[in-house]
Amino acid sequence: MGLKDELHSGRFTITAEICPPKGTDTEVFLQKARLLKGHIAAANVTDSQRAVMRLSSLACSALLIREGIEPVFQMTCRDRNRIALQSDIMGAWTLGVKNILALTGDHVLAGDHREAKAVFDVDSVQLVSLIEGLNNGRNMNGVALRGKTGFYTGAVVAPEANPFEPEEIKFEKKIAAGARFFQTQAIYDMDNFKRFFATAAKKDVKILGGILLLKSAKMAHYLNANVPGVKVPHPFIVELEGAKDPLAKGIEIASRQVRELKKFCHGAHIMAIGHEESVVAIIEGA
Amino acid sequence: MIITKNKDINAIIKSLEGRKKIYLFGCKSCAEQCHTGGEAELKEMSASLEERGFTVTGHSLVPETCYRQYALKEYKNAACKTSDAVLVLACGAGVRTVADAADESQPVLPALDSIFLATVERQGRFFEGCSLCAECVLADTGSICPHTDCPKGLLNGPCGGVADGMCEVNVENECAWVRIYERLKKQDRLHLMKKTAPPKDHSLSVKPRRVLLRNPVGAVPASKKKGSRP
Repeated sequence: MGLKDELHSGRFTITAEICPPKGTDTEVFLQKARLLKGHIAAANVTDSQRAVMRLSSLACSALLIREGIEPVFQMTCRDRNRIALQSDIMGAWTLGVKNILALTGDHVLAGDHREAKAVFDVDSVQLVSLIEGLNNGRNMNGVALRGKTGFYTGAVVAPEANPFEPEEIKFEKKIAAGARFFQTQAIYDMDNFKRFFATAAKKDVKILGGILLLKSAKMAHYLNANVPGVKVPHPFIVELEGAKDPLAKGIEIASRQVRELKKFCHGAHIMAIGHEESVVAIIEGA
Repeated sequence: MIITKNKDINAIIKSLEGRKKIYLFGCKSCAEQCHTGGEAELKEMSASLEERGFTVTGHSLVPETCYRQYALKEYKNAACKTSDAVLVLACGAGVRTVADAADESQPVLPALDSIFLATVERQGRFFEGCSLCAECVLADTGSICPHTDCPKGLLNGPCGGVADGMCEVNVENECAWVRIYERLKKQDRLHLMKKTAPPKDHSLSVKPRRVLLRNPVGAVPASKKKGSRP
């Protein structure tokens, strides 16, 4: 069953992120993906996340299909103009990709090619709209295509953005543009997320709450200092600092969050950033 | 105003490729205000070059170096004409204007890097004010420019990186879209932010751009041409 059917079945749906390798050796990537097979509805394949150049999300999505794992093809606005975006997105469809996640993308200054030209020819709302156009058999300029796409289109929302109203306006624009499911940025304040979900769930979209695996207190401090929009709350850091096995504690915290989500949300999106082998433990503990 | 900054002196010397007799141009407009091309900086550059064994044959400080007429007038003086190279302490447009006025055989070189078009908060405090995108969106954005103030140039709201209202790229800056939101809210015009903006039309800013409000010097006005309609 695909991601769309899974989400529409009413069952709690879990997706997880897998990061492509930095290079052409796909062995570890595929091993990690195989571990997740059967435990998740789909695997998100990141698009050079944090603007660090890696093997393409399109190629890795296609590799997952060969393994019998359904990918969520992540596409950012950072590296491609509208011609390349449309071309690659149609390419993904022809390779059997069914789900796509439209993101703005981190700025190149965050990554390993700081001197690169940051493209952002379209933004994430316009990218969703562009995909909706391809789904309807039209390119961005309204020209009819020989063969259309049929993507299940997702986008990202940050329920903990501060201030929230500008984010909410953008969230609604993404829905209007054609986004059908949302994977949120990492959730830390569950009460806040419940309030967000109560409003968002009225809008005919599926929401997967984002859960980020904290591997240690050090990582939590690093994220707080370096990753835009991430604020790991103090109580989590205290828990991690007091733990003999911080990774086990991080898994426990993530499981607890997934368990909370199961009570009210459509699903969870687990981001283990390089520690994909822990995803199964998080799911089993939840 | 066009903001400029000094090139590294070694890079300038390298660009001179051993030419010894150097004539300098400054600019009394933008570069003087940036402290990169006024009287004081021309003197500094002269001293700096002479220390390194160059001969500075003279200098011109014109009201606006990007005006062809000024460059042509200065270029008539012999010291300028007979120098091995001309070094221009002005923005790139200034360098090109002087180069176009100069004899094609004479290298005209930049002493500055041109950075941006500024709004001037006060003397010596410059902020990028406009990206010259050829399709002004300020009417919809509370006159805060998403192309200029957002490092990603996003047109439909903030990215996910906004943290407590601050930009993820320039962490000391407020997020352009949070500012747009706050200003539009004060003006009771938030409906403008709820409208989805289409992608930018980059065909409007294909380079080189030009605006021709009149005919070149010596050209016959269209209305006086034989057979032209009134």
